[in-house]
Amino acid sequence: MTATTNATGRRVWIAGVGLTPVREHWERSLRDLAHQAMQAAMDDAGGLRPQALYVANMLSGALSGQTQLGALLADYGGLRGVEAHTVEAAGASGGMALRQAYLAIRAGEIDTALVVGVEKVSEKVTAEVEAALVSATDTDFEAAQGVTPTAQAALLMRRYLHQHQAPADALAGFSLTAHEHGATNPNAMFQKAIKLEAYQRGALISDPVNMFDAAPLADGAAALLLVGEGVAPEGGPVPLVRIAGSAAASSALALHDQPDPLRPETVSQTTRQALERAGIDHDSIDLYELHDSFTIFAALSLEAAGFAEPGTAWKMAADGAWKRGGKLPIGTMGGSKARGETAGATGVYQAVEAALQLQGRAGGSQVEGARWALIQCLGGNGATCATHVLTVAG
Amino acid sequence: MEVSRHWRLRQQRYGLVGEVCTHCDSKIFPPRDICPDCGQEARTPYAFSGQGKVWSYTTIYDAPAGFQESAPYTVALVQLDEGPMVTAQLTDLGSQAIEIGTPVEMVTRKLRADGDRGVLLYGYKFRPRLRAAA
Repeated sequence: MTATTNATGRRVWIAGVGLTPVREHWERSLRDLAHQAMQAAMDDAGGLRPQALYVANMLSGALSGQTQLGALLADYGGLRGVEAHTVEAAGASGGMALRQAYLAIRAGEIDTALVVGVEKVSEKVTAEVEAALVSATDTDFEAAQGVTPTAQAALLMRRYLHQHQAPADALAGFSLTAHEHGATNPNAMFQKAIKLEAYQRGALISDPVNMFDAAPLADGAAALLLVGEGVAPEGGPVPLVRIAGSAAASSALALHDQPDPLRPETVSQTTRQALERAGIDHDSIDLYELHDSFTIFAALSLEAAGFAEPGTAWKMAADGAWKRGGKLPIGTMGGSKARGETAGATGVYQAVEAALQLQGRAGGSQVEGARWALIQCLGGNGATCATHVLTVAG
Repeated sequence: MEVSRHWRLRQQRYGLVGEVCTHCDSKIFPPRDICPDCGQEARTPYAFSGQGKVWSYTTIYDAPAGFQESAPYTVALVQLDEGPMVTAQLTDLGSQAIEIGTPVEMVTRKLRADGDRGVLLYGYKFRPRLRAAA
């Protein structure tokens, strides 16, 4: 049974967005960060109060000893009484929470929903954060062997460079592009462009991954206020952003069980479905917020999504194809690499940034004339993927 | 304390025992009772030979909690000769350089100590295939 395109079902819009900068927010608690983003999104929507709250979070149980974030954040956000729960799909939590809100509004059960992604990782030391992150792998057959997400990115990167006979600094273009884009984003964790020489001299973390291949994991919160047809506020100063296509998929959890680890099937499938449901093709996309927790995933995402032939995305990055003004801007406000990686909240940051781009509110990071955006977040090494198409084209 | 959880997987940890699908002949590791290739029931035990090749590898310096004592160590994706791929540490490397394609074989080694009481957990690792001296 195929899904109808969004044009034939109840339309869903993003009416308000909010976010905090991504940092090590030593002085801010998880609930405090979430509240800031939630309030900002509701204010941005003209004070609309949601009927439902969807929380995107991956690590609060392990790192803060705090579960049941739905009730907690509704309570502390002045929303006692609304139905609220956490959506967890590791790094895809953000996109999945957006999808759950979208589906509820589409079904007509809910008219207004608030989606908040929040992550607070600075509570624990690195070794404990790594242990929490590997809980999203196949714990009996991956975590039990002592792997880390960094090591798994390294396994993929080494294989990619070998298989495509690419040089050791092949993925530098992704790091340079991300940092150039982060330089104009006041909410980014890293706001400084870097040079190729810095990437080439970067200290190895887990060979061949170096420090300029790895996105920094830090604290932050981002939120979206969604409304359905019939309750959308009219005549505001900025156009509402419509969710034109939504898709999600799962595949083998363990990296070693994926039929082709260098081509995540969930990326291919959900990109195709989201574009179909939006009624557009690849050429219509003006910007792509992909999930670059490591530079290798930028390359693999672009290739699996169909924007580059296998083994070519790295060369196109070196040629500037993925920069603002290039063939297809990615990570337009820095992506995970420069804006910062917030695990379960990443997908919501992507949606907020894409919405700001489409509304012409991206400031120094603006992609001129952006009308259609593709956003996509990954759980683990692509075991889960949630992809959305956003537009202001009506 | 995770003794029972580890004990449940002893055949996989010590013997690399998976399943073979009697419908499509796929070899499956770890066992999951449903063949991921043809979707049919697959409960027939199958002991892998332990022979394989390195598909990729990397060395970990910043280990997760529980593995810090062993750091640095090398992990790999090993393509078993029978088809499935596994994640495992490489061991007994000596001065031998590992490459993509290096033939390896399974051995049983200590994975880590389980908690403060230090109950030792063992499982499979892979070493470069030994060959008799000429």
